[in-house]
Amino acid sequence: MSRFLKVAAVASAAVLALAACGGGDDDSSSAGSSGGATVTDAQVQAALEKGGTLTVWAWEPTLKDVVTKFQEKYPNVKVDLVNAGTGDKQYTALQNAIAAGKGVPDVGQIEYYALPQFAIGKALTNLGTYGAESLKADFNPGPWNSVNSGGGVYGLPMDSGPMALYYNKEVFDKYKIEVPKTWTEYLDAARKLHKADPKAYITNDTGDAGFTTSMIWQAGGKPYQVDGTNVTINFNDPGSQEFVKVWQTLISEKLLAPISSWSDQWFQGIGNGSIASLATGAWMPANFVSSAPGGSGKWRAAELPQWTAGSNASAENGGSSLAIMDKGANKELAYGFLKYANDGDGVQIRVDGGAFPATSKTLADPEWLGTEFKYFGGQKANEIFAKSAQNVVTGWSYLPFQVYANSVFNDTVGKAYVSDTTLTDGLKAWQDQSTKYGNEQGFTVK
Amino acid sequence: MAVPQLAAPPAVSPGGVRRKRRSYRAWQFVGPFMIVFALVFLAPIAYSIYLSLYRNRLIGGNAFVGLDNYRQALEDSQFWSAVGRVGLFLVVQVPIMLFLALLVALALDSGRLYGKSFFRVTIFLPYAVPAVVAALMWGFIYGSQFGLVGNLNDSLGWSLPDPLKPSLILASIGNIVTWEFIGYNMLIFYSALQVVPKSLYESAAIDGAGQFRIIRSIKLPAIRGALVIATIFSIIGSFQLFNEPAILRNLAPNAITTYFTPNFYAYSLTFSGQQFNYSAAVAVVMAVITMIVAYVVQLRGTKELG
Repeated sequence: MSRFLKVAAVASAAVLALAACGGGDDDSSSAGSSGGATVTDAQVQAALEKGGTLTVWAWEPTLKDVVTKFQEKYPNVKVDLVNAGTGDKQYTALQNAIAAGKGVPDVGQIEYYALPQFAIGKALTNLGTYGAESLKADFNPGPWNSVNSGGGVYGLPMDSGPMALYYNKEVFDKYKIEVPKTWTEYLDAARKLHKADPKAYITNDTGDAGFTTSMIWQAGGKPYQVDGTNVTINFNDPGSQEFVKVWQTLISEKLLAPISSWSDQWFQGIGNGSIASLATGAWMPANFVSSAPGGSGKWRAAELPQWTAGSNASAENGGSSLAIMDKGANKELAYGFLKYANDGDGVQIRVDGGAFPATSKTLADPEWLGTEFKYFGGQKANEIFAKSAQNVVTGWSYLPFQVYANSVFNDTVGKAYVSDTTLTDGLKAWQDQSTKYGNEQGFTVK
Repeated sequence: MAVPQLAAPPAVSPGGVRRKRRSYRAWQFVGPFMIVFALVFLAPIAYSIYLSLYRNRLIGGNAFVGLDNYRQALEDSQFWSAVGRVGLFLVVQVPIMLFLALLVALALDSGRLYGKSFFRVTIFLPYAVPAVVAALMWGFIYGSQFGLVGNLNDSLGWSLPDPLKPSLILASIGNIVTWEFIGYNMLIFYSALQVVPKSLYESAAIDGAGQFRIIRSIKLPAIRGALVIATIFSIIGSFQLFNEPAILRNLAPNAITTYFTPNFYAYSLTFSGQQFNYSAAVAVVMAVITMIVAYVVQLRGTKELG
């Protein structure tokens, strides 16, 4: 079976590669863009008018409508939207295609945490040469920082995940628990709730790399410092320790439901009140509605609890960009599509489809801000998300090999959740293993 | 018939032509198989070995490194812990499973069981369930929050331990695999038993042998070949353990590491770390270990047979 899986993976990658080959454009005019020369908007516009074929690998569902409208506006352009898998699966296919030098799409969806890995592998086009720097003001600072890597702009932000605290108001009210303003209050709430109802937990956590890094991010920690191929990893910094202090207590006192996110048990718990709150990205509401209908009307959104009372720090959790592949064929056209989808008309189309925007204009749009969420009892949750988006702590960076690091998170930090290993030791082990891998891959990791 | 012609090499033209035609014909029959065999078996193995001699890094690109990957694999504590884990699985789970399968096969063969075909089908049924589905299903059963284990604890006031905690996860996986493969092994034993002439039992009975004596002296020796085959299949199966840990990992991410079994380790290396060169080396080392163990068992099994 394992062999079958691998064969299937290779086969599907091959099919995709073939499909991409078919869609690949051999337009000779694109050859000029491979140099370092600056490409003007007029050239991009000309490419859009002239037309051609674009292959886009993405799993974001609302892009489908964007493609339809885009093709209506530029009838000479044909866009092949391919779902090559979600997250890791797509990266694997993409990396295989890049390694083979064949079947590479023109545009790929890449999550922020994975973007540096592709940028450093020279798989992406630096959009700086297309004047992407001038779009800086259009985007929120969080996502914009995320697409900047080593002095280049390697993608345009598509969506973002400013964090918020979602909580089950019914459960909170029942046990007279105040919505926590700080993580210390959150800890008290966790104790109070679990004492009142041993079946109920403040939240679930079985060790999630994305969550942990986001929490450290919010606490002001900067465990990863990246300067080209020189990387520093240090989970001993004050921000990381701040997180460790609270979270270790939650683990030691068994106040976290031992349920993994995205499992059936998880959605059950959200629906039936045994998981009373979640700190996660602003993309969560759509998942609430589709997978935990039982909680409808009971849940609310609130600002993320703070590490320091009275501050308003936030962090990003998830979110992705569209990037242009270095080996893609028709780059001007690809850039035209990126601008349309992530900065132009496409933004509204996707927001209407339920996506959480990365553009500052949308975040200030009164109509969008006033949207009432039925799941949250009519609450205007976007106001909270928009505020969170503006308060994302700056200066965070992911590792240029974060995809790997996240994959071994549960081997190392995960031990703290199921044994006597402390969170500090777990993070140390994670740091060591990431360091080892980085050095093996040719980075200089300290 | 061909011996004189073959023994006369100087007869160039007729012999040569005939020989050519003969070998051509043979290739016509064997050819399609050989092409598929080369494409599906030999090429991937050769490619794995080729890959295992290189190292592709994020910074610095691809380079020939000789046997470096193998050296690394031999010193890799994660790899050896994975081998140790499947080794433990092998010596505990396989005997239990084969013993139970044998018991069932003997019971079915005894002819004293009421509703024989019903049992035969029911016991075989788990094997017909796809391994992934089986692992998912057991995942629900094992759930200590909302799964069957959780429900039992709640409604009956029991305190069953969480089957997915690190100290029990291997046993829980062993339970799934046993459940899945008892029927399959039972079928191997049962068909081997069907071949034994019934007259042997009759004469043994006339000689005053009881059922257990018949089992010990006739049935077991008669199906020794089948026992060896089933053991070898089980060894290979144990070393290739992948589906169950891969599926259960979603429920127990901290109990099942990325290096839980050698196969899962190779998979993780390739798909999350892009270390496909090293992964190929690990796979080759594992294949060699599996071959050695299976060969030793086969040698021993057939020696006792003789």
